Amino acid sequence: MEFLQENLLSVIIFWPLVAALFIFLLPDDEESLIRRLSFVLSLVPLALTLFLWFDWAANYRALPGFHFETILPWFPAIGSSYHVGIDGISLALILLTVILTPLSILASFNIEERVKMFMVLFLFLETGMLGLFASLDLLIFFVFWEIGLVPMYFLIRLWGGADREYASFKFFIYTMAGSLGLLLSIQIIGLAAGTFDIPLLMEQWVPLTEGVLPGTGLPVDLVKTVAYVLFVIAFAIKVPVWPFHTWLPDAHTQAPTAGSMILAGVLLKLGAYGFIRLVIPLFPEEAYITAGVLAVFGMLSIVFGGFAAYGQWDFKRLVAYSSINHMGFVVLGIAVMAAVYGFEFAQGVALPAGHAYSRDAIIATSGAVFQMFNHGLSAAGMFFLVGVVYDRTHTRDLKRYSGLWSVLPAFGAILIFTSMASLGLPGLNGFVSEFMIVRGAWGVFPVVVALSMLGLLMTGAYILKGIGQTLHGPLLPEWRGLKDMTLREHLVIWPLMALMLSLGVWPQWLVAIINDTVSRIFG
Amino acid sequence: MSEETLTLFTWLVPAGPLLAFFLIILLFNRNKTLSWITAWAGIFASLFFGWTVALTVFFEGIEDLYALAHHPEVIESAIAWLPFGESIEGWLFMGVMVDPLTAVMLFMVPFATAMILVYSVGYHRWGLGPGDHVVLGAPNHAGIEPLFARFFALMSLFAGGMLALVVSDNLLLLFMGWEIMGLCSYMLIGFWYAREYEDPKSTPPRRAAVKAFMTTRAADVVMLLGIVFFYRVFGTLNFSEALSAESLATAADVVGFGALGLMALFLFTGTVGKSAQWPLHVWLPDAMEGPTPVSAVIHAAAMVSAGVYLIVRIFPLIAVAMEGLPVVGIIIAGIGAFTAIMAATIALAQYDVKRVLAYSTISQLGFMVAAIGIGAYVAAAFHLITHAFFKALLFLGSGSIIHGMEYGAEVVHDHHTDPQDMRNMGGLRHKMPITFWTFVAGGFALAGFPFVTAGFWSKDEIFAEAWFQGTHGNPMAIVVFIVLAIAALLTAFYTARQIALTFLGEPRTELAEHAHESDAFMTIPLVLLSLFAIAFGWLGIPDNFLGTDGIFYNYFHHFVGVTVEERFVELNELGIHVHEIATLPWEWLPLITSLVVALGGLFLGWWVYGRDPLAAGEPDPMEEPLGPVWDFLYWKWYWDELYHAVFVEPVEYFSDTVVYQLVDKGLIDGTLHLIGRGVYGVGAYFKGFEETVISDGVDAVKDGFLDMSREMRTIQSGKLQEYVLVSAGIASVLAILILAINFDVLNPVFEWWNNVWINVILPF
Repeated sequence: MEFLQENLLSVIIFWPLVAALFIFLLPDDEESLIRRLSFVLSLVPLALTLFLWFDWAANYRALPGFHFETILPWFPAIGSSYHVGIDGISLALILLTVILTPLSILASFNIEERVKMFMVLFLFLETGMLGLFASLDLLIFFVFWEIGLVPMYFLIRLWGGADREYASFKFFIYTMAGSLGLLLSIQIIGLAAGTFDIPLLMEQWVPLTEGVLPGTGLPVDLVKTVAYVLFVIAFAIKVPVWPFHTWLPDAHTQAPTAGSMILAGVLLKLGAYGFIRLVIPLFPEEAYITAGVLAVFGMLSIVFGGFAAYGQWDFKRLVAYSSINHMGFVVLGIAVMAAVYGFEFAQGVALPAGHAYSRDAIIATSGAVFQMFNHGLSAAGMFFLVGVVYDRTHTRDLKRYSGLWSVLPAFGAILIFTSMASLGLPGLNGFVSEFMIVRGAWGVFPVVVALSMLGLLMTGAYILKGIGQTLHGPLLPEWRGLKDMTLREHLVIWPLMALMLSLGVWPQWLVAIINDTVSRIFG
Repeated sequence: MSEETLTLFTWLVPAGPLLAFFLIILLFNRNKTLSWITAWAGIFASLFFGWTVALTVFFEGIEDLYALAHHPEVIESAIAWLPFGESIEGWLFMGVMVDPLTAVMLFMVPFATAMILVYSVGYHRWGLGPGDHVVLGAPNHAGIEPLFARFFALMSLFAGGMLALVVSDNLLLLFMGWEIMGLCSYMLIGFWYAREYEDPKSTPPRRAAVKAFMTTRAADVVMLLGIVFFYRVFGTLNFSEALSAESLATAADVVGFGALGLMALFLFTGTVGKSAQWPLHVWLPDAMEGPTPVSAVIHAAAMVSAGVYLIVRIFPLIAVAMEGLPVVGIIIAGIGAFTAIMAATIALAQYDVKRVLAYSTISQLGFMVAAIGIGAYVAAAFHLITHAFFKALLFLGSGSIIHGMEYGAEVVHDHHTDPQDMRNMGGLRHKMPITFWTFVAGGFALAGFPFVTAGFWSKDEIFAEAWFQGTHGNPMAIVVFIVLAIAALLTAFYTARQIALTFLGEPRTELAEHAHESDAFMTIPLVLLSLFAIAFGWLGIPDNFLGTDGIFYNYFHHFVGVTVEERFVELNELGIHVHEIATLPWEWLPLITSLVVALGGLFLGWWVYGRDPLAAGEPDPMEEPLGPVWDFLYWKWYWDELYHAVFVEPVEYFSDTVVYQLVDKGLIDGTLHLIGRGVYGVGAYFKGFEETVISDGVDAVKDGFLDMSREMRTIQSGKLQEYVLVSAGIASVLAILILAINFDVLNPVFEWWNNVWINVILPF
C-alpha cells in the first residue's frame, strides 16, 4: 500500500505495459478471454487516476509546482534521470487518456484478426501516452514520444482499411521527420545546459541568451532559434497545424475504429501538450516573437480544416478534417499563451500587474487545455459512431446513406448529440472551451479571431452535412432491416456523452484544476 | 410572497421543460400519451412559476414605480460557474434576473408556448390509430404522428431554451438558450426528414432545416465576437453590472464610441440572423416546412422574439453607441425599415397560407428593429409582446385550416391538391367557424384594426415615437415613419386578402368542400390566444390619448420604461446624452396615419378580394395589373437564387476543389511525394554503393539482418527499408542544415528575417 501511494503515478504509467506483457503470455486462441481481460486491466489505471484526482482536488490544488514526483537515476552520465510528476494540465490529459483507452478497447471487441497482438499494442500505446504527459525529463519525454509512434503505426498497418500501407507509411514518415528534429534539439539543449531535467532547464537554459554554446562553438541565439524551429515543427506535425496536416486524414481514414479514437482523442494532444510544456517555457523569447505567426497558422487550421471537412464525401475523412478544425483553436490559445508568457523575456520588463493581457492569457490557455480534453471526447465519440455505421453498411460514402434514422433511431439520436458536442453547441462541452479561447484571443489577436469565425461557420456546415447525409432523406431499400446499436456499443458511447453534457453544464470540476496551474504560470 | 420564493421560482422557470425533455427522451420515447402529458407538466409548471413571478413583479412594481426605477432588478441570483484566474472575482457567474422587461416576457413566453403544446396534441392526431401507410419522418394525414414523442421532447427543449434566455442575467446564458433554440429549430423544421417533393424547385424539410441553421449560425459567429468583445471591455457579462450608467460611461471613455458601436453592431448581427432581418431573412419562409406548431413557436413565442429581445435587453449599450456614433442607429433602423417593407411586398404575392404569415412575421420584426434603431425602446418591447400573441394565434389558425383541408383530402382521397394553397380554399368560414373568428381576431390585430386590437396600440406607439423623434431632430426617424406607414398599409391589405381567399366566397375545391372544424385540443388555444391578441393592447393606451388627461394610463410604458429610465438619467448626468424614456406629448398625426393605413389597407383588400371572391381556377386579380412586378414579388425578390449563386456554390467549389483537391492533395501532398521520390532515389544510390564497396566483409552480419528482415517482412511486407532510407535522407538534410548554420552560410537569411520581422510584421 505504501509503495502504491508513493509511486502512484509510475504505477499508473507502467500498469498498461505490465498488462500488455501479461496478455502477451496468454495463448493466441483465447480471444474472448483476451478481450475481456484487456478491458478489465485497462480499467485499473482509470481507477487509480480517479483516486489520484480526488486526492489532488482535496490536497494539492493550492500548492504550486509539480506533485507525485519520482526521480530515479537513469542515464547519469549525460544528466538524464527518470523524472515524472504532474501539474493540473498533465492531470487533465492523463485523465483523458485513461478514460479513452478502456472505451477504445471495448470498441474493438469486434476485431477478429490477431486479437492478442492488437490488445498488446494498445496497452503499450497507453503507457507511451501516460508517460509523456508525466515526463519531466526531456530524454524520457522523447522515449515516450517514440513509444506513442510505433504501436500506432502497426495498428494502422495491420488492422487498417484498404489503403493502409500508404496511410501508415505517411503517418510514420511525417512523425519521424518531426522526431528527428526533436531529438536533435533535445540533445543540443542537454549539451548546453548539462541536464535534461525540465524544471532545472527552466533555470539554466532559459536565461542563456548571449555568448557561445560550450562544446560546439555555436552562438547561443542561433542555436536557440534552430532548436526552437525544430521543436515547433515536430509538435506542429503532431497537432497537426496546417500545412503539416495531410498525414492525418489518411491515417484516420485507414485506421481501425479504436485506432482513430485514440489517435484523435489523445495522440494529437501530445503535440499541443509539447507546445505548452516545452516550447513556450523553454523558448519564451522566440515564442513571443513568433506568436503572431502561430496564431495565423491556428486560424488557417480552423478555416481550411473547416472548408476541407465540408468538401469530403467519406464520412470518416470528414471527421478527420474536423480534428484539424478543432485543434486550430488549441493552437490559437497556445499563441496567446506565447504572446503573453514571453512578453517579459522578450521585452525585459514584466507586464504591469493586473494587465488585461494576463487575464486574456489565463482564459485562453485554460481554454486550450480544456479544448484538448473536449476534442478528445467528441472526436473519439464521432470516430466510434462512424465505425458503428460502417460495421452495418460497410461503406463510408456519405452519398450512399440516406434516411438511416428510420432504422437506427437510437444511433441517430446519439450521432446528433455527439455531433452537436463537436459543433460546439452551448450546453455541451466544446462550446465552453471555444468560448474561452475566443474570449482570451480576442484581446490579443482580434483580426485573427475574426477570421477564425469563418471556420466556426464551416464547422456548422460540415457537421450538418454529416448528419443530413446519414440520417435524413428517404430510407433506401438496401438499408431496411439494419440493427440498431448493441449493448456493448451503448456502453462505449454513454460515458462519453455523460462527460460531454456534464462539462457543458458544469465545467468547473475540470476547469478549476486546469485554471489553478495556468493562473500560476501567469501569476 | 417572499423574495427567496420568487428567486427559487425564477430558477425553476426553465427547469420544467428541460426536465420534460430528458424524461421523454430517456424514459417515454415509446409512449405517446405519457410524452405529451410530461411535456404539458413541464410547460404548465413554467407557466405557473413564470406568471407568479411576472404578476408579483408587475403588481408590486406598479404600486411604487419610483422604487422600481431605482432598482429595476427585482430578483437577482447567481452562482460561480467558470473559474478564470486565482480570485473568485475573476469567475464567470451564471444566474437569473427579473426586471420589468423580463417580467413581461415571462408573461408571454410560457403562455404562448403552453397554448402551442396543448394544440400540438390535436395537431398530431393523438387518439387516432397509426393509419395504413406509416412512413417514419413523413407527415401522416390519416393517423397519429409516428414520431409523436420525439416532437414533444424537442418542443420542450425549445421552450426550455427560450425560458433560460429570458431569465438569464448574462449574455452567455442568453447565448446558450439562443443556440439551443437554434438546434431545436433545426431538428423541428427538419422533423419530417424523409419527406420529398416532386417539384425540384421546392425545398424539402431537411434542406430548409440546414438553411435555417446555417443562416442563423452565420450571424451567431459574429454575435459570439460581440459577446467576447463585451466581456473584455466591461469585464463582466452580467447585464445589470455591464450596462449600468457608470460602467457604460467608463467604457465610452476607455475604448471610445467606435468600439462600443462595433460591439453593438456585432451583437445586433445576432438579431439580424435570429429575427430574420434582411439580408439574413431567407431562412424563415422555408422554416414553414416544419409542422405548424413549430412554425408558431419559432415565429411567435420563441425564436424570432429572442432576436428582438436581445437588442431590447442590451438597449442601454445601443443607445450609448447611437448617441456617440449615429451611423449605428441609421444601420439598425435602416435594416429594420427595409425589411419591414420588403417582406410586406413579398407577402402580397404568396399563395401558401403559412408563407404569407412567414413574410408578415419578417415584416413585423422589421417594425421592432426599426423602433430600436430610433430609440423607441418601450414601443419595440410592446410590439414584441403583442405580435407574439397574435402571430401565435394566426399560425395555429393556419394550422387548423390546413388540418381541416387535410381532413377533406382524406375524405375525397385526393392527395395531389395542395392543402396549404389558398387558391384551393375559399368558403371555410362555414366549415370552420371557430377557426374563422379567431383568425379574424388575429388578422385584425396584425393589420392594426383601431382601438380594439392589441396590434393597433403597439404599432401606434411605434408611429408616435418615430414621429416625435423625427420632428425633434432625427431625420432617420421620418424615413422610418414613412416606410413603416407604407408597410403597415400593405400589411392590412395582405391580411384582408388572406382572410378573403381562405374564408370568404364558396369552396374552390373538394378539399375545402369537405373540410371540417378541428377538435378541442386545437380550438381552445385559439380562443384563449385571441383574448390576448385583443385585450393585451389595452394595457398600453397612451396616457394622454386624444389629448385627454387622467383617463388613460399606459401601464406597459411606465412599467417597462423604468427598466432603463433611471439609468438614462444618470447617463445624461455623466455627460452622455441619450434620449430619455418619457411620456410623449399628444400628436394627432401619428394616430391619423395609423387609422388610415389600417382601415385603408383592410378596405382595399376587401375591395379587391372580398367584394367579389375568387372563383375556382381564376388567377389572382393583382397578377395581371402588376405584370413583371408580380413575378418579382412571387419569387421573393430572387434572394434565394442570388445567395445560391454568390455563397452556396462558391463555398462548395472552394471546399472541395480548392482547399481539398488543389491545396491538400495537389500542393502539399504533391510536394511531399516529390520529396519522397527524391530521397528514395538518393537512398537507392547509397544502397548500391554499400553493396559494391563493403560487401564481402560483413556477409555474416548481413545474413543475420536479412533473416531478421524476412521475419519483419511478414508483418511489414518489406517497407522497413524504405523507412530507414527516408529517415536517413531526412537526417542528412538536417545535418547539412546544421553544417550550413555552423559556417554562417545562412546568416543572411536570418538577418533578412529579422529585418522583415522588426520593420514589417511588428509595426503591422
